[in-house]
Amino acid sequence: MDEDWPLFEVFIRSRAGLEHRHVGSVHAADPAMAIEHARDVYTRRQEGVSLWVVPSVAIIASDPSEAESLFEPARDKVYRHPTFYEIPDEVKNL
Amino acid sequence: MYTQALDSQQPAAAEPAGEALHAARFQARVDAEDKIEPKDWMPEAYRQTLIRQISQHAHSEIVGMLPEGNWITRAPSLRRKAVLIAKVQDEGGHGMYLYSAAETLGVGRAQLIAQLLSGAAKYSSIFNYPTLTWADVGAIGWLVDGAAIMNQIPICRCSYGPYARAMVRICKEESFHQRQGFEIMLTLARGSAAQRAMAQDALRRWWWPSIMMFGPSDADSKHTAQSMRWKIKRFSNDELRQKFVDVTVPQAEFLGLSIPDAQLRLDAATGHYEIGPIDWSEFHAVLKGHGPCNHERLEARRAAHAEGAWVREAAAAHAAKLAARAAA
Repeated sequence: MDEDWPLFEVFIRSRAGLEHRHVGSVHAADPAMAIEHARDVYTRRQEGVSLWVVPSVAIIASDPSEAESLFEPARDKVYRHPTFYEIPDEVKNL
Repeated sequence: MYTQALDSQQPAAAEPAGEALHAARFQARVDAEDKIEPKDWMPEAYRQTLIRQISQHAHSEIVGMLPEGNWITRAPSLRRKAVLIAKVQDEGGHGMYLYSAAETLGVGRAQLIAQLLSGAAKYSSIFNYPTLTWADVGAIGWLVDGAAIMNQIPICRCSYGPYARAMVRICKEESFHQRQGFEIMLTLARGSAAQRAMAQDALRRWWWPSIMMFGPSDADSKHTAQSMRWKIKRFSNDELRQKFVDVTVPQAEFLGLSIPDAQLRLDAATGHYEIGPIDWSEFHAVLKGHGPCNHERLEARRAAHAEGAWVREAAAAHAAKLAARAAA
């Protein structure tokens, strides 16, 4: 059985002015080939104007089992949203 | 460092209880239509089911390039040739999206390819039928891709995020496949007597294999109930098959072609078409490797893999050279 080529995550900017978004991954022997494969696999219909490929091993992800401790603390802080504050209707531009 | 302290306090026997709790939470998330992502806890059987289904799906896309690829050099016009190349290229792309989705479950690409080449992995039985005439390319797009779309649209809502996302991308692209196939059939159906006969013959040969693409009937489907609970599957095989028949019969009528089923009839009460009995012995024979082209398809994949070995070696050598230069 062959060894797998390194895995790269693929990000596409669909048009100028928008951010790059993750779309999937490709295997490639080197970064230049990763760009070529990403072009062939993910942009056959003009899906993008720019590509990023990132070695998958370089991505540091948060641990799903820690999602509660990471994200729950924001839950009861509704005062961070503008709708938390009651302002009389007659007050404008606020 | 209090995580360590916590770990040391865990009683060793807590594992099965923890597993049950995880399983209950997992099912609750699935029931609530939450998506499961690669690093989330999932039952081992869910993981294995997905690996099997996604990799079979990926293999089907890859082997699916062969029957149509057979006609690229003999497409009747430059337009048809460009379209067919684009379609076959899409099928390759679909295989890549799906292999990537399967790999998020912890299986390697090379391992999956090895399973295909050794004959251990299954792929869709439909690709073990030959493409004898140009009309077969039309019939494949119309019927085979049509059946695939029917199967795949519900998988866009699959509980496993990477599979669902791959399927959204695939479904967007499949629509062109089906329409170009129908256009080929329409052109032939409106052509000379010989062309009409060719279209009719293709429908005659591809109809039943397409009907069988939905898999065994519900009564005999081993995995359906569990896959439905896990929301990997949304409709049963027979439900999807019925939908396909209902939309396809009027299309055949429009083409002026007859479906090779003497018992086919519209049930006025239900509004659904009823088909005659399916020859499941053929389906199982093809799955077991006794279809007209099983041997040829696997041989073609093995040859492509073997003949590409030097390219993979050269690419690896080039990458090693670049890395060495960068390090120097």
